[in-house]
Amino acid sequence: MAGKPTRDGFGEGLLALGKTHPHVVALSGDLEDSARAIWFKTAYPDRFFSVGIAEQDLIGTAAGLALAGKIPFACSFSQFVTGKTLEQLRMAVCYQQLNVKVAGSHGGLSVGADGATAEALEELTHMRALPRMTVIVPCDALEATKATIACADYPGPVFLRLGRAPVPTITKEADPYRIGEAAVMRPGHDVAIVACGVMVAHALQAAEQLAREGIEARVINLHTIKPLDQATLLAAAKEAGAIVTAEEHTVLGGLGGAVAELLVQTHPVPMRFVGVLDRFGTSGDPAELLKVFHLMPEDLVKAAKDVLRLKQASFKVQG
Amino acid sequence: MSATDLPRLQRVAVELRQTILRMIAKAGSGHPGGSLSMVELLVGLYWHTLRHDPKRPDWPDRDLFFLSKGHGCPALYAVLAAQGYFPQEELMTLRRYPTRLQGHPERWSVPGVEIAAGSLGQGLSMANGVALADRMDGRSRRIFCLMGDGEIQEGQVWEAAMTAHHHRLDAVCAVIDANQLQQNGPVKLIQDIEPLAEKWRAFGWHAIEIDGHDIARVVQAYDEAETVQGKPQAIVARTVKGKGVSFMELNPAWHGVAPKPDELERALAELEALKR
Repeated sequence: MAGKPTRDGFGEGLLALGKTHPHVVALSGDLEDSARAIWFKTAYPDRFFSVGIAEQDLIGTAAGLALAGKIPFACSFSQFVTGKTLEQLRMAVCYQQLNVKVAGSHGGLSVGADGATAEALEELTHMRALPRMTVIVPCDALEATKATIACADYPGPVFLRLGRAPVPTITKEADPYRIGEAAVMRPGHDVAIVACGVMVAHALQAAEQLAREGIEARVINLHTIKPLDQATLLAAAKEAGAIVTAEEHTVLGGLGGAVAELLVQTHPVPMRFVGVLDRFGTSGDPAELLKVFHLMPEDLVKAAKDVLRLKQASFKVQG
Repeated sequence: MSATDLPRLQRVAVELRQTILRMIAKAGSGHPGGSLSMVELLVGLYWHTLRHDPKRPDWPDRDLFFLSKGHGCPALYAVLAAQGYFPQEELMTLRRYPTRLQGHPERWSVPGVEIAAGSLGQGLSMANGVALADRMDGRSRRIFCLMGDGEIQEGQVWEAAMTAHHHRLDAVCAVIDANQLQQNGPVKLIQDIEPLAEKWRAFGWHAIEIDGHDIARVVQAYDEAETVQGKPQAIVARTVKGKGVSFMELNPAWHGVAPKPDELERALAELEALKR
């Protein structure tokens, strides 16, 4: 499978917006190369602003640009652009309901060798908790390009979580993309795997393996974690009756939390959360780390079988 | 400003102080000290310097005033109502549900409130962002950002100070209400920030130091700032927290407490005496 990082998809989308959207501007805290905003900077130097290594000012300046009618993309490492800036994102961006787009590259374990301090594993939880914030995690570079372009025309604050490591391209050019509408990547009625980012590719591989064993797993690409596509998730709970969530992120309050919050109140079904288990990252090759942290297709297969057993047990109890 | 304007504006300042204290007393909570210290700084802006039109609060070419020290918002609300941005009667709804006059400002909750504030240290970055956008768009307007002396202990202020210098944002004018006190005591004892003017100069700004209660000097500083090219400007206004009320002046106890009815009466009477 061809591999490409979602940050590259973002960089291409931002570059395309430069041509179509004159009000789009970009800014960074000396990480525009890493975040691939440098392609936009090179093409549109008058529309790119550096604020130095100062993330709080980065977000505040973006808010000011938005106050004056621009559509700013504030780009940095996912950890720093969400972690050092929670207060700025909360008051200056979300409370003021400004049209600021925050692009966090190097999300999850994809920064690999740099280790725990740069590995963002909690930011979906933080961003999701902010009123008015939209939270997007593209599953491949192509979808990242579409998401970037879509969010320029989607009013209000948006957080885009991007990765550094190459991921398989699993969507197609012709696939429709709408913020807030999850994509069913594979049908199935025995169990549903709800995933984002690189875990969507892993979910598809897991589903193939499960199919060989006679288990039909539905795979849902939940690229928008907020607002949540309630209809698609509710249908999955009703029709499959068992859910596995999968994210390259802590299991506390991220994608799994969002799905559980919905289903426990509407249609409770057995669930398993595949993600990082309340711990920090560590140095290593990103592909290796996905194994170390149990985020591989075989981990999803195991979780699917667990949740299927729970579902069957509950059938027996109900008689 | 003509010589005949000065007594009029001094009287406006006294009346604003009376309004501010009535609002906070009625609300039963709020920040009198830091509201009273910034009155002349606002009078100079809204009665002289700012290019603005209360009847067209969304006029795209208006000068902008960003109140970064959000706890001083009773003063801003009183000024905006006096200027006709919204009805005076509404001032007495401060802080009480379901009011538009939030305890700390909400952007556009009433016309004229340009930014949210209350989490300190954020206004200057936003002023810079507007200035960058305006430069792209060929729009020339001034952006004033009022901060407290305690507030500028926030690191983001100095990040923004470097950004304004680096990008030569001469449309940005920071105004420091150096009223000498913060919540738990004198700024000098909590975390000394002096020498203030030298700090701003070292960051590449054009700094002007003034008596922030001398309206003529305040207005003169705004005029001087506007002539500066290629550099952002910082006006360090030396003020007195609780200005105008003897028992509030430079008393840290009046940072965030509302006057009781008898205290309000005494304060209003003291201010009334200043009008004669």
